[in-house]
This record gives sequence, structure tokens and C-alpha cells, in this order.
Amino acid sequence: MTGRTACRARGTLRARHGYAFVAGYLVLLLAFGILPAGYAIFLALTNSAGQLVGFGNVTAVAGDFRFGSAFAHIGVYLAIWLVALVAGVVGLALLLHGRMRRTTAVMRFVYYMPGALAGVAGVLVWLFMLDPTVSPVGWLLNWLGYTSFAQVIVPGHLPVVLAVIAFWTGAGGWIVIMHGALNNIPGDLLEAARIDGAGPWQVARRIQIPMLRKWIAYMVILAFATGSQLFVEPQLVGEASLGAVSNSWSPNQLAYLYAFQANDFHSAAALSVDLLVLGLACAAIIVARSGLFDLE
Amino acid sequence: MRAASAQARAAAVGDQRPGRRPPGGGRGMRRRRGTAARLAWLLVLAAFAAFFLVPVVWLLLAPTKTDSGLVHSNPLAFGSLHDLGTTWHDLVTFEDGALLTWLRNSAVYAFGALAITLATAIPAGYGLALTEFRGRKLLLAVTLVVMIMPASALVLPLFLEVNAAHLVGSAWSVILPMSFFPFGVYLAYIYFSSHIPRDLLAAARLDGCSEWGVFWHVAVPLARPVVALVAFFSFAANWNNFFLPFVMLPSSGQYPVQVGLENLLSSTPSFNPAAGAGLDITRPELALAMLIAIAPVLVMFLFSQRALVSGMLAGATKE
Repeated sequence: MTGRTACRARGTLRARHGYAFVAGYLVLLLAFGILPAGYAIFLALTNSAGQLVGFGNVTAVAGDFRFGSAFAHIGVYLAIWLVALVAGVVGLALLLHGRMRRTTAVMRFVYYMPGALAGVAGVLVWLFMLDPTVSPVGWLLNWLGYTSFAQVIVPGHLPVVLAVIAFWTGAGGWIVIMHGALNNIPGDLLEAARIDGAGPWQVARRIQIPMLRKWIAYMVILAFATGSQLFVEPQLVGEASLGAVSNSWSPNQLAYLYAFQANDFHSAAALSVDLLVLGLACAAIIVARSGLFDLE
Repeated sequence: MRAASAQARAAAVGDQRPGRRPPGGGRGMRRRRGTAARLAWLLVLAAFAAFFLVPVVWLLLAPTKTDSGLVHSNPLAFGSLHDLGTTWHDLVTFEDGALLTWLRNSAVYAFGALAITLATAIPAGYGLALTEFRGRKLLLAVTLVVMIMPASALVLPLFLEVNAAHLVGSAWSVILPMSFFPFGVYLAYIYFSSHIPRDLLAAARLDGCSEWGVFWHVAVPLARPVVALVAFFSFAANWNNFFLPFVMLPSSGQYPVQVGLENLLSSTPSFNPAAGAGLDITRPELALAMLIAIAPVLVMFLFSQRALVSGMLAGATKE
């Protein structure tokens, strides 16, 4: 008790220390979070002469013939990827929960392992998997009617191909996390439901999935953010396809072309701002609806 | 409720909860249906296991073959140690050992950013959770927003900013932006606010500890799990980062290994017939380079799976 009183008496002193603890992070936050975001918005709203052009850049970029297709590409990709991710992760986590502990522990680890191949390595592995001449599932590709790499990675297949790669590298980590979250549901609750006659399907629907809601929301936010930001994946597939896949397949690639091929940083910034607004809008909707991030 | 969930958590961490047998197990029809369901269950899990595992196994075996062996032999068979040696030799002699340079660069960038992240994120999480100051809630809210803000949308404006500071091409152009890691601050904040009793800190103050002393001698030793967690996520994110170094660093001598891999891909005749003539980099070399590139993260993965999950969930159950 005396400790508490002493604390309160030294409140102002402690406040100054509070600032000291966050100071280093605050500098980084301002320099590499707030400042570039503000700078991107400033660039997006001005031209190379520094004049304010309002939404001029944004509408000009939107008029580019590559703009619509780039956003359509990631739209299709995101639809496939998010549905597959939520269904696959929740489904597998439920299947793995509460049965045959040894087997499921091994399975969880197997599912989780490709996570180490995030980024460039994961894409490269799948370039091999999709090449019928070297792939261990070449027979499957042949059976589907594909005999060459070029036939497999035609542009129309890309959303599916990239969704498969993303699922392969990303799903396992989330499965492990969901599985752990399922373990946090009190066993008595599940037992009571079963005694009341609920089957596994009803237990999943009425108890387990609602308990996972915050985690699912968080997963969708992060998956949406990274999914709308695709750069290295289509870039590598494009290089490997020898030009069959356009180098402005995703909005981030298009922004890169604007910045470093056309030296037009204002248009590039306009695209970055589009992506930022898109990501934050999606996050805001999900955060508001799921109650994620209650501050206290 | 809280106690129960804490208990369940403790059990989940060690995974020692006795497996509960589902009730039932009737006879006749019910048993046959039970067996069929069990078989279907196993089949689904095994199919997904194959999906996740086969590419990894293929990748481990590919460097033991020659490029033509890769095409003509069984994709999931071991080649020979001799071919593995050749693959290794071709790879390390590529551009006078460029791979080793890339690995060294990756280590410098990843560990450099990791050090700054730990030095800033852990105190910040502590400050946000256990001290009072004006603007604390605002800072917390901003942290949550930037945490879900897609980082690569900021790469181009960051390039301009770094360019204005004349740092493009220096190691700092990669290390400093990477060391900004709001997710780590959030993890530390959750941990400190749910695991460190305020009374303990008050007691240490009574014993004459200064504010920094309380943080350093009381809070940090108790926060080891979250320090490890932040370190792992930060290191993995830094090591795998592609877009930022791709934009910031102009020359091959400065590439981290992720950008180097992309460079190797365009040197492989199988993917780029125009540039590849006469080069020794073929698909087995590329596979070996990938294995080497992911090894550090993979090793950390293998040793930290359990710690990672329990740490993540420690944050999740803050009610």
C-alpha cells in the first residue's frame, strides 16, 4: 500500500521516465512510419514542380491501362487466398485438435515447416514444382494436360499459383497458433456441450469457431495487407516465364515501374497511397466488427 | 474463468493435457461409421501433409543431382555425393564467392536491425504498459495502426527519404527502416501488461531502485520469453525482407542473400536462356543456394516452435 502512495507522489517524475522508455521507438516511428506515410501522401497530391494537384495523380494513375488489370489481378488473388486460408487453417486446426496427440503433433510440425521458406525461396521451390519436367508431381501436371512449364504459368493461372504458394508457406504457422488457441478453450465447456448432445460439427460451429474469432480477424488483416502488397512473387514468376507474365502484374510492381523506370515518383506515391488506404480500410472494418485490439 | 483459462494455457504450452476420448463408441452401424470417419480424417491430414512436405523433400534432394539427373531420375530419389560436391563447388565459385558475401550482408543487416529493435521495442512496450504519461494511449493506437499498415507500401517513399539523407547504398538504408518493428512493441506491451504485477515494481522502487533499475533488474529478467519472441520475429522478417534491400542497394556486393537468390535465378539457363550460356549455375545449384539461404531461419524455427506459440498465445488470452 505504502508503495502505491509513494508511486503516486512521484507521478510527474515517473511520467518523464515514461517518455524516456518510449523515446527510441518514438524516433523510429516518426522517421520510418509517420514521415514516409506523410511524404507519400504529399507526393501523391503534388507534381514535380511542387504544385498541389489534388487528386490529379491519383486519377491519372487510375487511367493507366495497367492499373485496372493490376488491381483486378490482386482482387482475384486475394479472394482465392483469403477463402483458402480461412477455410484451410480453421478446418485443419479443428481436425488436428483433441485427437491422437502424437500424430497431430507431427502433422502440425510438418504443416509448419515450409514457413521457413517465406519470400524468394518459397517462390523458387514452386517454380520447380510447377515445371512438369522436374516436378515430383509431374504426373499430376501431365494428367491435367500440362507438358511444359510455359503451359502451367500462363497469366490466367497466376492468382491460383500464387495462392497455392502463399498457403504453402503461410498456413502452417497459423494452424499452430489456432491449435494453441483451441487448447485455451476450457475442456469442461466442450465436455458439457458433448453431454448435451452436440456433435463435433456443432461444437466447432457454436463454441470453437466463435472463440477463434479474434485470431481469424487478425489473420485476415495481415493476409490482406501482405496479399495486396505482392511484389517479389509475381516478379520472380514473371522473370521465369520469360515475359509471358507482365512486369506490372501487381500494383506494387506498377509503382516500382513508375518510380524507377519512368522516374515518376508522384504517380508511384499515388499508387502506394491507394494501397495504404485499401489496407487500412479493410483493417478498420475487421477491427471494428471483431473487437480486436481493445486498448484496455 | 481467468484461472481456468490460465490453467488451460499452462497445459497447452506443455501439451500435456490428457487426450480426451470422445464419448460414444457404440456398436454395429455406429462403429462402422466411426471407422469410416477416422479413415477420412487420416486421409485428409495425410494429403495435406504430402502437400506441405513433398516440395521440402524435393528441395533437400535436388542438390545431390546434376541438372539432367533432375529431369531423368526419380524426383524423390537421392542422387550422389559426388554430384552434391560439384553443385557445392559451382555455387561457391559463382562470381568469386558472391553467395558468401550475400550471406555476410544478410547477417549484418538482420542482426544490426535486430539489435536496434530490441533496444527500442522492449523499453517501449514496458513504457506503454507500466508507466503513465500524456499521449500514451495515442502512441498505442498509432502503433496498432502502423502494425497493420502494409509495410511495403512505404518502401518507395522510404527510398526518397533515405535518398534525401544521402544514405542510399549504405547498410543503414536497410538496417534503420527494418529496425522499426511495431509488432515487437505490441508483443512487449501485451506481455508486460499481463505478466508483470505492478506491486512487484512498486516494491523494487521502495527498495531504492531507480526507474531504469526497476526496468533493467526486475522487468527485463522476467520478460525473457517475450524478448526471445520479438528477436525471432524481427530476425526472420529482416532475413526474408526482399523489397526494401532490392530498392535501396544498387550493387551485387551489397545484396543480402534474398536479393542474391533473385540474381541467381536470372543467371540460370533453365529460366533465362539468354543470360545463362556457359554458366555453371543450373537448377541443383539454385536449390542448394535456397537451402543455404533459409538455413538460419529454419534452424531458429526448429528450436523455437513451442516457445513461439506459447508466447503468441500469452498475448492472445489477455482478457
